[in-house]
Amino acid sequence: MNHWIIAPVILPALLAPFIILVMRHDLSLQRIFSTIGTAAIVAISLVLLYTASTNPPEVYFLGNWDAPFGIVLVLDRLSAMMVALTAILALIVQLYAIGSGWDARGKHFHALYQFQLMGICGAFLTGDAFNLFVFFEVLLIASYGLMIHGGGAQRLKAGVQYIAYNLIGSTLFLFALASIYAVTGTLNFADMAVKVAELPPGDAALMRVGAVLLLLVFAVKGALVPLQFWLPATYSFAPGAVAALFAVMTKVGAYAVIRVYTLVFPTDTPATGMLFADLLLPAALVTLAVGAVGVLGASGLARMVAFAAIGSMGTLFIAVAQFTPVAMTAAFYYMIHSTLATAALFLVVDMVQDRRGNDTLRGSLPPMAQHGLLAALFFGATIAMAGMPPLSGFLGKLLVLDATRGPDMALIWSSILVASLVTIVGFARAGSQVFWKAHATTTTLEQPPSKSEPLAFAAIFALLAALAVLTVLAGPVTDWLADTTAELFDRTAYINAVLPVGGR
Amino acid sequence: MELLVASAIGLMTACGTYLVLRKRTFPVIVGLAMLTYAVNVFIFASGRLAIGLPAIITDGATYSDPLTQALVLTAIVISFGMTALIVMMALGSFLTTGEDYIGMDDDAKPAAKPAAKQEGDA
Repeated sequence: MNHWIIAPVILPALLAPFIILVMRHDLSLQRIFSTIGTAAIVAISLVLLYTASTNPPEVYFLGNWDAPFGIVLVLDRLSAMMVALTAILALIVQLYAIGSGWDARGKHFHALYQFQLMGICGAFLTGDAFNLFVFFEVLLIASYGLMIHGGGAQRLKAGVQYIAYNLIGSTLFLFALASIYAVTGTLNFADMAVKVAELPPGDAALMRVGAVLLLLVFAVKGALVPLQFWLPATYSFAPGAVAALFAVMTKVGAYAVIRVYTLVFPTDTPATGMLFADLLLPAALVTLAVGAVGVLGASGLARMVAFAAIGSMGTLFIAVAQFTPVAMTAAFYYMIHSTLATAALFLVVDMVQDRRGNDTLRGSLPPMAQHGLLAALFFGATIAMAGMPPLSGFLGKLLVLDATRGPDMALIWSSILVASLVTIVGFARAGSQVFWKAHATTTTLEQPPSKSEPLAFAAIFALLAALAVLTVLAGPVTDWLADTTAELFDRTAYINAVLPVGGR
Repeated sequence: MELLVASAIGLMTACGTYLVLRKRTFPVIVGLAMLTYAVNVFIFASGRLAIGLPAIITDGATYSDPLTQALVLTAIVISFGMTALIVMMALGSFLTTGEDYIGMDDDAKPAAKPAAKQEGDA
């Protein structure tokens, strides 16, 4: 049994209380230990990624109890990829938080950050539905703390609304789990997959109810219309660094959908069939439209980026909803891209907000410190986000379009292309308003007070560099992702790894 | 007994849903508490209702499902903690902003919660 599998969960779980107990009064110690911890998770996750890509799915039995009686963590290519993506993003965002001084604007930033990492990594690794609920709660409770980090009336209000929304989501999750447990008598993903496949027809109705409730929960997390209402206010009022980390939180929802609805409820299940694809696709198309319209109509930069994030979730779910290997590969590529691009954009917007004091798109304000550099970074990040060449957003959308065949092809192609156009127009309008018009109104030539934040800029450059690498290495990456998809759709390998061979 | 438990869960869920859709934090929190009570009983019932049976296998023939009891315990702990957290947050928000509406009322940032749209009694 490879004990490193649990390290991305255990390490932050131990580090966070250590930070609170030992170094709560010393910010620089917190910074050092927290960064070392996150860097260690990056290293571990890369080792795990290598292990997963050379070996079949590996299982970690907690307490050495056999599945399905004990809880299992499963390391396969998909979970390893998501953990590595989370860790890398977390390290970059943490450097930004340190460089921009966000972690000094309130208490316990680093401890909460580690708890957040623990929850996200755990949610990606777990092979048990109830354990997934627990890790969701861990990542949510940490995110509540991070979201209101720094305080302020508006942020607190948005925080209450965010918590209320997610508490309802948690309750729904429990209802879904209980219904599924009532039918299958198990909560282990692999065991559920076996039980669902041989379900007596009489139980199909209750099974469908439970499965659709579960889909609703993941839709809340993944900000799928009509359950996306929590996202714009949360992301736009959260501290910039936190919003950038939250870019991976919506992906937890997408990951859960991919995991559960390929493993437990594949499209050839008699009880459910194409039900989830039929529910997901229209919702994803509307999500894309809402995101694009929101980008065009937003009154502030942060809110605009939040809507762009919603739109990217729409594109992602369009690819996922087809449940074909080709589309899933495209979805994975787009998922990596949109996580990095959303984070980069939130960080740039945070810099603008920090220098201007607000991020309004109405009226024009004088130039700010490092105006040209910020404008260039915004330009680069929006090109990636909107899906224009030459960055990976373009390739991602191209892969999604290319994977789309069949009766819905015309609808999906036109939706994605029109939404991209609207998004580009929205970004162009915002960019000209914030960066270009600033020069039109200045009468004096005096320079704005300069502000040196080398670490924060390095973090944004690192994200954009990661996007560039993702673009340049698109070929090898998609080949690797195609293998990941193949492993994902090979359910028997996963089930045999988790359950004792020979079945029960 | 099935009818009693089922109608209790249904009634609590209905009340909870109604309260959650209100605009002020207090009814919303009470509604959330109602929903968590309902879901706790629901999880319990998902292991089948049984009276007077132990949660361990003694004579091998009859026992009640022990797993749902463990699940309910976890759910109770989590929901209790979350309810405490949202009470503190709502209090903090009320003391800072001086009002306890849940929606965002700033006209630049329209209400982002569906509850605000579904209710007319502002």
